[in-house]
Parts: sequence; structure tokens; C-alpha cells
Amino acid sequence: MFSRNSKEKGIESVLFVISTLTVAILFLICLFLFRDGLLLFKETSLLDFLTGKFWYPTSVNEQFGLVPLFLGSLLVTVGAILFSVPLGVASAIYISEIAHPKVADFLKPFIEILAGVPSVVYGFFGLVVLVPLMQETFNLPTGQTALTGSIMLGIMALPTIVTISEDAISSVPGTLRQGSLALGATRWQTIYKVIIPAAISGISAAVMLGVGRAIGETMVVLMVTGNAAIIPSFPGGFLDPVRTMTATIALEMGEVPQGSDHFHALFAVGSVLFIITFLVNLVADSIKKKYRFKVS
Amino acid sequence: MVDSLKNHIIFTLLVLGLVLLGAGCTGNENSKDSAKEASSGRAGSQEISLKGSDTVLPLAQAEAEEFMNENPGKSVTVAGGGSGVGITALIDGEVDIATASREMKNEEMENAGVNGIIPVEHAVAYDGISVIVNPQNPVSELTFGQLRGIYNGSITSWKEIGGDNRPIVAISRDSSSGTYEYFKEEVLLGDEFRPDALTQPATGGIMGEISQNPNAIGYIGVAYLDESVKGLNLDGGNGSAAPSPENITSGVYPLSRPLYFYTNGEPSGLTKEFINFVMSEKGQNLISEVGYFPINN
Repeated sequence: MFSRNSKEKGIESVLFVISTLTVAILFLICLFLFRDGLLLFKETSLLDFLTGKFWYPTSVNEQFGLVPLFLGSLLVTVGAILFSVPLGVASAIYISEIAHPKVADFLKPFIEILAGVPSVVYGFFGLVVLVPLMQETFNLPTGQTALTGSIMLGIMALPTIVTISEDAISSVPGTLRQGSLALGATRWQTIYKVIIPAAISGISAAVMLGVGRAIGETMVVLMVTGNAAIIPSFPGGFLDPVRTMTATIALEMGEVPQGSDHFHALFAVGSVLFIITFLVNLVADSIKKKYRFKVS
Repeated sequence: MVDSLKNHIIFTLLVLGLVLLGAGCTGNENSKDSAKEASSGRAGSQEISLKGSDTVLPLAQAEAEEFMNENPGKSVTVAGGGSGVGITALIDGEVDIATASREMKNEEMENAGVNGIIPVEHAVAYDGISVIVNPQNPVSELTFGQLRGIYNGSITSWKEIGGDNRPIVAISRDSSSGTYEYFKEEVLLGDEFRPDALTQPATGGIMGEISQNPNAIGYIGVAYLDESVKGLNLDGGNGSAAPSPENITSGVYPLSRPLYFYTNGEPSGLTKEFINFVMSEKGQNLISEVGYFPINN
């Protein structure tokens, strides 16, 4: 009796340690990221970092301004959302409400495969196919633009948005749908007056997770956005090259002298990125919780 | 219930303790590593280490591999990090050979003197940097002044330098590239790169964009030149020269530079053997294979 009990306890403890380890890893990442990031502010003031308009990490008068990089990330992400949300939500509605079950069963796995394509493959596709196309279509000096990055990221965020929105739409209770139809509403009226409002928090969560995916993506933006650290204009900046925060870290971390200001600046950029994705996930999570209450 | 809660708390504390321990240890890592390297890097041992320029890295790597193939039991380790990093390591007595894509600076010489290190320079190869444009671009030569104008942003249209009426898209490497540093020093003369210059993480990216974009201009190692792009003739003040192997080894082409090994004093033992190998016919042939230019003709 005793040994059985202690065996149970033992297994429980092992599982507990393993799951705590995941949290510990997150904690460690935070620790190292912020520790090295904060060292930047010995040399540069926080305000200069957050409001600086120039990123000249290797010049004699080095300048670490976050603004061009932050706005670069923002622009590319906003573009990706504008592109992927209508497409993603429409696909989700079609799959869960309109499509024949057989068609839906056929479509769903293909959308999920999109999520499994390695990002460097997307990047290569973008570079070889989309970049020359953009340059020709818009008659630009170069096809490596924010919009190119947005479209590629939009495609990459699609599976997240479609899958989660689809779940949200499917879990709208059938009684709501039947009630609406019984009152004489058409199917389209039912979809946009009843189903979407009922599933809106799930769809919002999908969008937030899509944002999280887009803002943290590195390889694709590195390959197709041109990486020019300039402050983009809006909305004309979509057709100019931009540099995102992730691309900056990837570009410069390779050979930066360890312990230099530049090194700390890259960690500071990483910390900002971490905080942003953390907040985005937090918001997505709280929206999701709210939606659970609403449906049940 | 209380018991399991207690257990949980203990485990959490343990894990936290490990985390903090890990964090505390990292600060000392560097100094320990360098002490270890210093003790192993003695002339006469069967093991030497090289550190420095990333431009020299592929060359040094190839030489070291071939050298170790021929001399089993002898070990040559090669590391990158940048010319400055390598020279600092030599001054601190951490490595046997520092590799550099530039000459040692005066202040580095002074630092070496303070540490009792006498750097000896060995030029082992030539490297050339080619400025490339799309083959459709009618421009085929540039002066350094024009090139500087293109990259600092004062020249924005090909029309200003005898080309078509097209905007110039200047492409640069990322700041971790040795070529970036060299280009900045030689061509920009202290100016900043124009902020709207595209930055590519690798030579392949530059080639890809330029081969399909008639507006673009970029710079790459001469070894990467092929027919998908056009290498421009450059005029550094002494007449225009094409990026040909002859012009690069003779120094007529302005964007060519020797690559160096630095040793502490005249090399001896394994260090000497290795440098002799690099300078031998076989070693110099290897240099051409990697894409640089032999220094012995």
C-alpha cells in the first residue's frame, strides 16, 4: 500500500519537474535576454533607444534607434493581417458553413500543410517569384518591399487563422443557426448576422495569434523585404524596402563582438520583440477565454 | 494535500536554484576560455590555433584541412570573429596566428609592444571586391567618387553617371561581413551607407537581386563573379581597371587587398610548418580553388 502510494507520488513529481522545466526554460530566456538587453542602457538612454530614428550600429558615432525597425515590423505585420484575415476568415466560413463535408475534408488538410512548409522555402518562393513580379507590376526600383513581405507572411499566417476561426465557427451552437433560419433569414444573413457575431471572439483570437506568428517571423522577411533601415511612410511605405526587428537581429548577430554596445542593442531589440509577442499572446488568450464563456 | 503542496514548493525552489546558478556561472566563461587557449597555444606543440578575419576563414579552413590530411597527428584549429578579434587574441597570447584582411593598426602595434608581442606580417593571398550591376545596365565603369556618391546617397539616378534614367538601388552586405567593413573604409571614407540601401545577408542574395533588377548595384568577392551580372571597371584615381586576376594581384585594380597572417615573432615549429605549407605551390593552388588569388607568381 505504502510503496504503491509513493510510486504514484514519484511519477507525479517527475511529471511536475518536467513541466516546470518548460517554464524554467522560458524564464531563462527572459533572464538572459533582459540581462544583456538592459546593459545597453548604461551607454545609451532608454529614450534615445525607443525614439531614435537611425540604426547605425557599426559607425563611429553608433546610433541604436528602434523606430525604423519597430515601424518596419509594424508595417509588414499590418499588411500581412490585412491580407490574411479576409482570406482566412472567408475560408473558415466556407469550410465550416457552406462547403459540402467531403469538400471540407479535402480542403482542411491542405490548409494545414501550409503551416508545415519551412519558412525558408516561403522566403525562396518570395524571392524568386514574388519579388520580380512586384517590381514589374508596380514599376518599382526594387521588388523587395514591405508589401512583398506582407503577402508572404499573410500566406504563412493563413493556416493559423483558418484553423482557429474554423474551430470557433463550428462551436457556435446549432440551435442559434436553426433559430435564425427558422425566423426566415437566408443562409448568408445567418452567417453574417448570427454566426460571425457569435464566433467573433474566437476569430479575434485567431487574428491575434496570426499577428504573433507574423511579427516573429524572420527568414521570410530577411529574404524579401530588402532590409533597409529607414522609417517607412504610410501607406506609401508598403512599396519601399523596410527592415524588421527580427531581420536586424538575424543579420547582425552573427559577427557582433560579444559584450559590445551593438551586441547589447540587439538583445534590447530582442527584448522588445519578446514583450510584444508576449502581450499579443496574452491578449489572444484572454479573448479566447471570454469566448468560451459566451458559447457555453 | 499539504504534503504534495510542500513537495511542489521544494521542487520549484530546486529548479529556481538551478536557474540562478546557471545565470551566475555565465559571467566567468570568457575569461576561463581564454586562459585555457593561452596555455595550449605554444610554439613547438602539435597543436596551433588561428583566429581572425571572416574573409580569410574559408581560405584558412581549406589550408588547415589539407595540412592536417598530410600531417596526421598535427592539429590546426581555425576560428573567425573578424580581423580585430584575431589581432586582439594574438596580442593577448591566445592564438598562434591571427588572420586579418587588413594591416595591423598603429594602436594595435602599441598594445602588442606593451604585452611583449612582436607581430610579424605574412601576406598569404589577394582578395578582390567586384562592384556589380545588371548586364542590361549600360554603365561599365565608375570612379571611386561616383561609387561613394552612390553608396552615401548623393547620387540617386543612373542618369547622373551616364546611364539610363532609372533610380539607383544600392545593395550592401550586412554589417557582420568583412567585405562591408572594407568597402565602408575604402569607398565611403567614413560616410555612412545611405539608410535606404538594401541589406542582404549573403552574397547569393546580392547576386539574385542584381541579376534580375536593372536598377541595382552591389559589391561581392571577385570569386563570385559570373555571367549573370556585370563586374564594373573601377577607377581609384590611377585609371580604370577591370576586376581581372592580373589586375588584382598586381594591385592595379583599386578594390584589392592582401590577406595576412600575423605571428608573434618569426614563426617556429608547427606554426612555421603551416605557413610554409600555405606558401608552397600546393597551398597557393588551394587559395585559387577557394576563390582568392595566390600571392606567389
